[in-house]
Amino acid sequence: MKELEEFRKSVRSWLEESAPESLKGKASDPKAIYWGGKKSPLPFPDSKFWMEMMAAKGWTVPTWPQEYGGGGLSKAENKILTEELERLELPRPLTGFGITMIGPTILQYGTDEQKEYFLPKICSGEVRWCQGYSEPNAGSDLANVQTSLTDDGDGYIISGQKTWTSYGDLSDWIFLIGRTDWEVKKQAGITFILMDMDQPGVNVRPIKLISGESPFCEVFFDNVRAAKKHILGEQNKGWGVAKALLGHERIMIADVFGSTKSPAKEAKSLKDNATLYIGLKDGKLADSSIRDRMVQIQMDETCFDLTVQRNFDNMKAGHNPGPESSMFKIYGTELNQRRFELFLSILGPESLGWEGDGFLKDELQLTRNWLRSRGNTIEGGTSEIQLNIIAKAVLGLPTK
Amino acid sequence: MELVLTDEQKMLDQSARNFIKKASPVARMRELRDDPESLGYDKAVFKQMAKLDWTAILFPENLGGMGMGMADMVVVMEAIGAGLAPEPIIPSVILAGQLIALSENETLMNEWLDSIIEVKKVVAVAYQEKKGRYNIAQVKTSAERTDVGYILNGEKSQVLGGWGADAVIVSAGTSGQSGDSDGLTLFLVPTEAPGVSITRQHRVDSRNVALVRLENVSVSEANILGQVNKGGKILSKVIDMATITLCGEMLGGMSAVFERTLTYLKERIQFDVTIGSFQCLQHRAARIFMEIELARSAVMAAARGYDEKTDHAAALISVAKARCSDAYILATNEAVQMHGGIGMSDEEDVGLYMKHARAAELTFGDAGFHRDRFASIKGY
Repeated sequence: MKELEEFRKSVRSWLEESAPESLKGKASDPKAIYWGGKKSPLPFPDSKFWMEMMAAKGWTVPTWPQEYGGGGLSKAENKILTEELERLELPRPLTGFGITMIGPTILQYGTDEQKEYFLPKICSGEVRWCQGYSEPNAGSDLANVQTSLTDDGDGYIISGQKTWTSYGDLSDWIFLIGRTDWEVKKQAGITFILMDMDQPGVNVRPIKLISGESPFCEVFFDNVRAAKKHILGEQNKGWGVAKALLGHERIMIADVFGSTKSPAKEAKSLKDNATLYIGLKDGKLADSSIRDRMVQIQMDETCFDLTVQRNFDNMKAGHNPGPESSMFKIYGTELNQRRFELFLSILGPESLGWEGDGFLKDELQLTRNWLRSRGNTIEGGTSEIQLNIIAKAVLGLPTK
Repeated sequence: MELVLTDEQKMLDQSARNFIKKASPVARMRELRDDPESLGYDKAVFKQMAKLDWTAILFPENLGGMGMGMADMVVVMEAIGAGLAPEPIIPSVILAGQLIALSENETLMNEWLDSIIEVKKVVAVAYQEKKGRYNIAQVKTSAERTDVGYILNGEKSQVLGGWGADAVIVSAGTSGQSGDSDGLTLFLVPTEAPGVSITRQHRVDSRNVALVRLENVSVSEANILGQVNKGGKILSKVIDMATITLCGEMLGGMSAVFERTLTYLKERIQFDVTIGSFQCLQHRAARIFMEIELARSAVMAAARGYDEKTDHAAALISVAKARCSDAYILATNEAVQMHGGIGMSDEEDVGLYMKHARAAELTFGDAGFHRDRFASIKGY
């Protein structure tokens, strides 16, 4: 306990002295975290400096082993670091699918050479990763991927198309699944490979969404190349690796929809808006049906946050989360959608603005956020796929 | 608060489940229901529960209790709910026992508490009146001051555990109007007192409830719990406690009925396959699973919030009761539907859970009542 207190003291004084003043108090801005790599925009002028000084201590990825650029911190130490960052409202120095998805999978499946080559570049923020999973004909049926990997000796020639690749236009490397055997059951012919996107024949095209934003891209491969030493796992054994990565992705998504939001702040925002747009009568919201929906969402959020906390407390007690974490994906995303639907009802006709005069900035943003939220129950494994996982892997319901 | 069971709570959970499995299989519920001589519960089983100290958990040690917390109590209640055990722990031990413990009336405490904890005596709380819904202040029963005490007149409905009870604690108006939050006084009335008549009411859940009529019942001042006109305050505090314990019972019930449903889905064959292989049923089962998981978190938090006296304690109780009401009804409605025709038959247990779910929902405020209460707490 004494060592932990010492650790806290040293973290606190180091952050107070060394962290850029310009970033203190910025943690609540969702766009404040830097994604690294060669193409990401800097959220703030000091973002890169902040990332580098944290990376030097291994604290961009505090719990990874030090030999790969991580901080080697225990869970307890990491918690202290998080708390001290929160105390100064400092944004985390770096995020990205390197840290949340491919990194943990390389730690799990990678060779020593792969770990030594890839992990330090994730920790330092040098490389930004994207995920080459979905294809036009491989959405929920992901194992149906048709991108071909053709053996050319010490590598593969890759042809095909990925889609719904988040931030494909801002990434440097891609982890992808493609087909190396066309004769066997579809899951048995898949290889998981890591590829440099900076080569001729890789073309990235952003997809415009119903919200007007373009966070996703189509990625085309026209006879591009990846080295065999960059296979993760073994040739034709990529499906298992891909599913393990999805487990890490689910945890990340649960984190996004679960613990990083401040329920108190959200609730205040709902109440403030309802008071502003609808008004109170005798201390009660004047529209009783909206009042009831508001309570239902707030209560469900409370239950959800408590369940996230219970899951966390269980992990601390030594129980690793299993397939039941699909629940967090389903429930968290549905709650997010319900919250936006309710916001629309609260704003009434003012929620219809798309752009230009006559609407407040927040009103216009709400419209876009509502539209974007409809994708939450589709991306990262649809709710229906997650329900399948719970039914089969948690409840043990039979396939026939 | 930590939302995990301590090692002691895990042991308590195991021993409670073992006891219920042995002493209170669900079939017992049907026997008690069909036996016209029974109280609707079994006093011998109730006494065994006392021997296991379940009735002492929430009382402080100086009052003969274990000095344990609500987090421990809900563990026991979950086992009770899983077996649909109808023994009146909530009516006699939580409601009446805690009211007496909070009464500041030393004489009543000395006279009744040990007997309640040891199940030598059963005491019920007559707070609910017809059309009063969930407002404890909606009271027409009156207590008129006399030279020697009070004269009580009125009628109380669906008094939990009231049939065969040794005494009832009655809420009566001593000033103001029905509906006022002040002006309620609580009186302990022995059931053999002249003018008290008790009739068994038969409810859909077959639990022991009674109609309590008071006709010019004379009660001495010494039988007042708490202060005159201030009975509503301790009553609502104790109903909050009872609500958390009831949520524990509901959690046990919904978990058990869901487990039973899952077993059926895995065994029942139609169209040459188990019906549990149908995606339409799988997805509904997965949804029920999530609702129960959320209910579990809410119940654990409400119990711990109460024990730790957090600022959110009252709001968490409403969250838990609203959530448990909705989830238990979903789990039991779906249980009957997924069992198909057999789910409608009296010999299948899921119907008993469905009846219990409905009765539990409408006790201490339904989901709508608690949503309204939550919004008021949050200021909108």
